[in-house]
Amino acid sequence: MISMHLTREEEKMYAGEEGPAVEKCMEILVALGDIYGAEKLVSITSAQISGVSYKTIGDAGLEFLEDLSKDAHVKVPSTLNPAGVDLKIWRELGFSEEFTKKQLAIVEAYQKMGVSTTCTCTPYLVGNVPTFGSHIAWSESSAVCYANSVLGARTNREGGPGALSAAICGRTAKYGYHLEEERHPNLQVEIDTSVMGSDFGAIGYMVGNQVGGGIPYFKFKKSPSTDQLKWLGAALASSGAVALYHVENTTPESKWALKFIENNKVEKLSIMRNDIEETKEKLSTTNEKPDLICVGCPHASLEEIRKVAETVAGRKLKNMLWVCTSISVKAASDRMGYTQIIENAGGKIVCDTCMVVAPIEELDYKVVGVDSAKAANYVPNMCGIDVVYNDLENLIIEDK
Amino acid sequence: MIKCRKISKGCAKGEVILTKYPLSFLGGVDPEKGVVTDSNHDLYGKSIGGKILIIPSGKGSTVGSYVLYQMAKNKTAPLAIVAIEAEPIIATGAIMGEIPMVDHPESDIYNLINNGDQIIVDANLGCLKIL
Repeated sequence: MISMHLTREEEKMYAGEEGPAVEKCMEILVALGDIYGAEKLVSITSAQISGVSYKTIGDAGLEFLEDLSKDAHVKVPSTLNPAGVDLKIWRELGFSEEFTKKQLAIVEAYQKMGVSTTCTCTPYLVGNVPTFGSHIAWSESSAVCYANSVLGARTNREGGPGALSAAICGRTAKYGYHLEEERHPNLQVEIDTSVMGSDFGAIGYMVGNQVGGGIPYFKFKKSPSTDQLKWLGAALASSGAVALYHVENTTPESKWALKFIENNKVEKLSIMRNDIEETKEKLSTTNEKPDLICVGCPHASLEEIRKVAETVAGRKLKNMLWVCTSISVKAASDRMGYTQIIENAGGKIVCDTCMVVAPIEELDYKVVGVDSAKAANYVPNMCGIDVVYNDLENLIIEDK
Repeated sequence: MIKCRKISKGCAKGEVILTKYPLSFLGGVDPEKGVVTDSNHDLYGKSIGGKILIIPSGKGSTVGSYVLYQMAKNKTAPLAIVAIEAEPIIATGAIMGEIPMVDHPESDIYNLINNGDQIIVDANLGCLKIL
């Protein structure tokens, strides 16, 4: 028998009164709730769904989604994680027609279910912005970290099918990060040096390794920007299983979290400049110069694209440059003229996808340069390609 | 009769294939043939299709759920799954593929059940029976 308590309405959904898709999705939510020891479900206001790239979910995933889309529809605003190709300029970027066809079919199945096909890992930059304290079901690890930490919303690290089920039922199992008592910090991290750029990813990578699934509380010399928090969280979530962190005087729960730091003996970690430099070196698998530079992991904000444009303006790059972002942010970049500046330098704004989920191993690149610790962590394993981790300026080779 | 917890509804009767080691469906099982392809696993080379799989737990990538679904579509999936402790990958995959599944058996099934035994798994009632 199941252990969780369901409301009368939920019982009906579980029994199939809202059709077979809702029935199956409720069964998934209840099973997950039972596994994690949840007492009940909680209504959600937003979902972010992973399991989009054909490279990761394959024919099995495509078939499941096509089946489900016959009678399923999401109940809350839902956005989609990056796909395996740029849905528009895939041919220009060198992706195969065979792969793209399957990819488009996957996106179409989600669209049929009412999921917004913005295909981005930064849904909070394209209007999927949960409010403080709201319960949500998000499944992209870097977005989970951002939503919990920077926005103060509440989500576990959902799996793709779990998040989709939650979107279709408008609920998720209430356990873990949905509960206040599960949001206490359990490691304090003091950064004893001024930091910028790729330092944040390196710090996140280092602390993620140390803390695993824990909740770090950071003290920086200066309050980080939202972009810097995005890089920090993405790295924390990729080397560890971090879903929430606090930053003193910056993130919305930090004052509340500080009480636990003061009251308890929370283990303390100090990070110096040489720790950061060592980690950066470890994140590169080669000393060679990259033939492809990928920035925008997680997907670039308009401000990041502005900085890329500023860096490459008037130069001719010898290496290919991809700036990964969402279709919405690209539209703003087009209007601001940043896209043109980047294209004039030989680069491209790539939408809907990224270096982690695209089959870049099928293209002719040998070494990928990234300014994201998350990408540096994943690319060698997922694509079997060498990676160099550094700031954009240091990755560029100029054609003089 | 051994009481269990329901994970994925349904009922099945069949021959047991048993392992004491967790299994990753992504990369560890060929969904076309239903054969275990992980050479470090004790079920290596054996077919789990059409049998009742007794396993401590799943492991590996979440994409494993989709693999289990594809096995169900290809008719190479286990008839039912009995886990000691279900985890999200295998549980979600079983529900997606409509494969009956239970966990938390009340007795020590590794002592009571052997490979080749015939059992019934009734997830709806939350129990299994050794025939």
